[in-house]
Amino acid sequence: MRERERDWAGWSGIMVFAEFHHPATPDTPDGEFDPVTYELIGKARELADKTGQEVTCVVLGSGVTEPAKELLYYPVDRVLVYDRPELRHYVAGVYAAFFHDAIVAEKPSVVLMGATPVGRSLAPRIAVRFRTGLTADCTVLDIRPNGDLVQTRPAFGGNIMATILTKDARPQMATVRYKVMPRAERAERPGAGRLFRREITEPAALASLARHLKAVAVRSEERVPKAESISEAKVIVAVGRGVKSEKDLEMFEVLAERLGGMLGGSRPLVEKGWIPPSKQVGQSGRTVRPDLYIALGISGAIQHVAGITGGTVIAINSDRTAPIFEFANYGIVGDIYEIVPELLKVL
Amino acid sequence: MNIVVLMKQVPGTSTVGVDPKSGTLRREGVPAKTNPYDLHALEAALALKERLGGTVTVLSMGPPQAEAVIREAYSMGADRGILLTDRAFAGADTLATAFTLSQALKTMEFDLIIAGMQSTDGDTAQVGPGVAEFLDIPHVSYVKEIHGSSGLHACYGSVSGEETGLPVGGDGSAKIKVTADLGDVLVTQEVSLPALITVTKDTNQPRLPSFRLRKAVSDRPVEIMRAGDMPASSETYYGLAGSATRVERIFPPERTVVREIWEGEPRELAARLAAVLREVAVR
Ligand SMILES: Cc1cc2nc3c(=O)[nH]c(=O)nc-3n(C[C@H](O)[C@H](O)[C@H](O)COP(=O)(O)OP(=O)(O)OC[C@H]3O[C@@H](n4cnc5c(N)ncnc54)[C@H](O)[C@@H]3O)c2cc1C
Ligand SMILES: Nc1ncnc2c1ncn2[C@@H]1O[C@H](COP(=O)(O)O)[C@@H](O)[C@H]1O
Repeated sequence: MRERERDWAGWSGIMVFAEFHHPATPDTPDGEFDPVTYELIGKARELADKTGQEVTCVVLGSGVTEPAKELLYYPVDRVLVYDRPELRHYVAGVYAAFFHDAIVAEKPSVVLMGATPVGRSLAPRIAVRFRTGLTADCTVLDIRPNGDLVQTRPAFGGNIMATILTKDARPQMATVRYKVMPRAERAERPGAGRLFRREITEPAALASLARHLKAVAVRSEERVPKAESISEAKVIVAVGRGVKSEKDLEMFEVLAERLGGMLGGSRPLVEKGWIPPSKQVGQSGRTVRPDLYIALGISGAIQHVAGITGGTVIAINSDRTAPIFEFANYGIVGDIYEIVPELLKVL
Repeated sequence: MNIVVLMKQVPGTSTVGVDPKSGTLRREGVPAKTNPYDLHALEAALALKERLGGTVTVLSMGPPQAEAVIREAYSMGADRGILLTDRAFAGADTLATAFTLSQALKTMEFDLIIAGMQSTDGDTAQVGPGVAEFLDIPHVSYVKEIHGSSGLHACYGSVSGEETGLPVGGDGSAKIKVTADLGDVLVTQEVSLPALITVTKDTNQPRLPSFRLRKAVSDRPVEIMRAGDMPASSETYYGLAGSATRVERIFPPERTVVREIWEGEPRELAARLAAVLREVAVR
């Protein structure tokens, strides 16, 4: 057996990795926390309150001490800041060394990270360092009185949900997908949380830091213009293979505009190159949580609907047996090429 | 440049069963294919080899039928394939999978390891970085561009087409330059070898298997490694026993909604729809 049934007595608290995006240029004043951070804090607070634990945020970056104070407006107990020039860019091994130090210092029972590109790259290194379990892309988290984290994630493209536990190792680690958990409320003034600056002291972490600093050099960083994210849209008009040609997209674009929303779509349209990957809704695309989702000519494959997590869903499909009708609140059996033009006349 | 590509066999359909006892996916008897991302990893390796010489070895962990992944890789141009297969490996989570792959890698010589960005069944993106950590080497996830000749030739300077014995990194002499796609930022880094990268689909377009190659390599063996062949040979490090996570329960996703189905004339449907939209659409 692995080293099992260790004593978890010393391990307590919920740690949140507060992912900081540095400002685009050195002279723009501030960067910002990845929005998933506030969702993680909300969930961490709930889990902590259920079990009488504390919530600690870990912030890694360069010049982050000031921006980190923003976190004190949220329901956290502590904010641990490592403010070092070498954290200006994300380098997996370098970030892992600092995070390693934070875990040794704090001995948290649970570590939550966003399922962002950085989180998904960093979390597995940490999990291996502590020989602990890591559950990817959790959509539901709960905690038992004994401190066991109950992690639920869609498995196999959302066909099934799996509940996963890490009973025999600490910390229990999970990455959480953006937009599936409610955001913590920002208070009007800072709460009881305190901010601490730390330096890296753990010898093993220091040694690996030195190795990674030597091995990796960041040469350039280029900000990709932030396309308006479909994850944020309140109204989404989503199109699927029912659309016959690329030029027809215009009509659906007009509908989206009229409703003050964005156009999204299913994977086949992304594969055809008709819509960009950033607009793909589903398991391998984006998770969305709009108030209104209109699916046009989409069959409703499980991998597609796995990305729709809330709101009113309206579907138009000519096939009465399409699975989307099991999912939609309003299912309209008909031809999108007949109904949408009529709709545009009356909207 | 000696490159190892991590490739996995995944179910070819999206409807698979679950073993109610162990809570793991039931893979036997399900049509299988190579994880699509891993074909991009293999293509990246083959392209580097064509430019710099060296060997491309495919490493895969899975049941005996996963040999098909290695056969496919042979017909695309891989030189050597190793299948890690043992009952003791079954039921591995990403920790145990990364450990198993890293154990096999410890018996090999390599400059660079390339993995896919994620698998379509596990879908975690965790195994690549986990392997790098077990080997204590740097990794870069979500690489969308490997800076080809300029970066590499600048680093390797004198490498000729035939030469394979590049200096193994660690002393910082051999490097690779890559750009990672972190969503809203592209980061270009130079990384000393040995290192591991995981690649996205933007990296390249995988070549098709060649019929000529397939015939030429039809009798090339696939090497097999079992738990007993690993440096750490105790079976308790592997598979379910070596995993830190346990699947406790598997259940179908639930959704309770008010549902209405409308049928009728397009114009009438559009009018009803417009009424609903006016109510729910936020402007
Ligand atoms: C691992 C994995 C991950 C995946 N991830 C995603 C993902 O993230 N997002 C995603 O979308 N897919 C994903 N897929 C693909 C998914 O399984 C489906 O293949 C895809 O969603 C189908 O897209 P569709 O509904 O547009 O096309 P189809 O399934 O072809 O459906 C088209 C529908 O349009 C209807 N239609 C045709 N003409 C008209 C008309 N004139 N008027 C009205 N209706 C019409 C048809 O009745 C049909 O129902 C994934 C698959 C796998 C295996
Ligand atoms: N069993 C395996 N054998 C070989 N490579 C694997 C295996 N599992 C995962 N990988 C590699 O790790 C990548 C990420 O897989 P995953 O963490 O499952 O999303 C894959 O694209 C493969 O390159």
